[in-house]
Amino acid sequence: MSFYRALSIRQKRTLWAWGFLAVPIIFYVVIRFYPTGNAMVLSFQSWNLLGDREWAGLANYRVLFSDPVFWQVFWNTFKYLLIGTPISLVISFFIAYHLDKVRFAHGFLRALYFLPFMTSAVAMAWVWRWFYQGVPIGLFNNMLASVGIGQVEFLNSTTNALPSILAPAVWAGLGFQVIIFMAGLRAIPRSYYEAAEIDGVSKWTVLWEITIPLLRPTIVFIVVFSSIGFLRIFDHVFNMTTNNPGGPLNSTKPLVLMIYETAFRSFDMGYAAAQTVVLFLILLVVSLIQLRILRDS
Amino acid sequence: MTATDTQIRATSAALLEGTRAKQRRSLGQTIRWLLLFAGGIAMIMPIAYMLSTSLKWPYEVYNVGLIPEEPHLENYAYVLEDGRFFGWFINSLIIAVLTTVSNLFFDSLVGYTLCKFTFRGRQIVFIAILSTLMIPTEMLVIPWYIMSQSFGWLDSYWGIMFPGLMTAFGVFLMRQFFQTVPDDFIEAARIDGLNEFQIYWSVALPMVKPALAALAIFVFLGNWTAFLWPLIVTTDAALYTLPVGLSSFGDEADVQWELIMTGAAISTLPTLIVFLIFQRFIIQGVAMAGLKG
Repeated sequence: MSFYRALSIRQKRTLWAWGFLAVPIIFYVVIRFYPTGNAMVLSFQSWNLLGDREWAGLANYRVLFSDPVFWQVFWNTFKYLLIGTPISLVISFFIAYHLDKVRFAHGFLRALYFLPFMTSAVAMAWVWRWFYQGVPIGLFNNMLASVGIGQVEFLNSTTNALPSILAPAVWAGLGFQVIIFMAGLRAIPRSYYEAAEIDGVSKWTVLWEITIPLLRPTIVFIVVFSSIGFLRIFDHVFNMTTNNPGGPLNSTKPLVLMIYETAFRSFDMGYAAAQTVVLFLILLVVSLIQLRILRDS
Repeated sequence: MTATDTQIRATSAALLEGTRAKQRRSLGQTIRWLLLFAGGIAMIMPIAYMLSTSLKWPYEVYNVGLIPEEPHLENYAYVLEDGRFFGWFINSLIIAVLTTVSNLFFDSLVGYTLCKFTFRGRQIVFIAILSTLMIPTEMLVIPWYIMSQSFGWLDSYWGIMFPGLMTAFGVFLMRQFFQTVPDDFIEAARIDGLNEFQIYWSVALPMVKPALAALAIFVFLGNWTAFLWPLIVTTDAALYTLPVGLSSFGDEADVQWELIMTGAAISTLPTLIVFLIFQRFIIQGVAMAGLKG
């Protein structure tokens, strides 16, 4: 204690600060940084969990890049992003833009749109999986049948399955994006709109010249956030295709599912680690590119 | 015709035009409201069908009607009977609550320290913690699994929880909010003889309650619905969380959709109910976290 008393006020505070940070620093080193390094090292090794970790050089990456399944998975992963992000961006902006102008029962309407965000992806994947079943089970096909339209193969078709799996993911995320957009809209100073009104500018011009440019930070946030989400899609795919994960014919398999299967079905840990490094690089590059494009222009 | 006459006529015409414009606007508003309402109802349809099907008899499941003919709770009784769902529910609850408490404490402590203390290395610590946001969970699950295996953490609450005990997002959020706490308050507390932990705990923390609430919502919801890591770290069905349990139950129940919908409802209802109670509060929290984060 005498040691503590001898310290200056400044030194005491520094001591407190490091005391507060001690446990968290251990946590971040052991649970975040060390595993990150471990995954990267493992990606250059060959290991099946039982024997020794053997140095494999670039073999994992070489196998990966020459694997046609990987390229299909790679493309699928980007399809989730390329379809999901613009659609959810446009829909959520449209809803937020109009919801912002409505006063009557505003809170109630907002709650309706937000509610899906509070659901669990696994639970909703099973609900939508039921919707997509064929006649006489699935809700959608039963509805189509009742108005005399033929059956649609949702999950059993190599072309329809991916968008069908994407739909509940988009649906669940909309509410969050609407709330963020509305907060962004509220932050635009009223005076801009008043000035535009005095000048007699059309609503369309106001939207394109004032609202959207001033929403840029919000749009950047939503695009990056939802892109990362779609690139990491797993829960929906896994649960909607449990009988044939990522099927039919790998047409819905995203990178995370491939990683899961390689690591925890085939126990090919080095190969799986290489896939996770690729995922990491994709996420990094995609977010950097988007930040660049959306910040600069 | 006098000048005044023309003026009056012009004014009344303008007024009339104004009312017409107002009427047009209010008609537009009504249409806008109705469309938004229709869209909102469509949004909650999947949830509504999940709930309604969980109340239906098997023969009725294939009926597209939303309202069950004879609503009953037999599916819930059946699903809960063997106690598995109950156990998964408890597992999920314990894990989500403990993780939330841990995040509230540590994230706010770190956020506070990085905001209100000046010392060498502060910036480095902050950047190092923030940089972990760039590392996807999926890259860490393999090392975490290896770690859990060697320390015997597989199939345990600790094994499910340890990766999420602190989050960089929480640190960032809390640090932002502590900036709104005036330094004078902290200085005054120091003069009053409080030690640094007491200042954090009883002066600073109560001033960022809304931020704590927002963080609690995110962490709880995130852990309640977490799937990938709990799926990897548990093989003993007694330790499954609700999403993992539901996933295995779905496969097992095969085509008994009314039972699957019941399981889905059990895992969704708690968060829906919490939302309905704290609606305004949760939406504010989400907007706040989104804007600051």
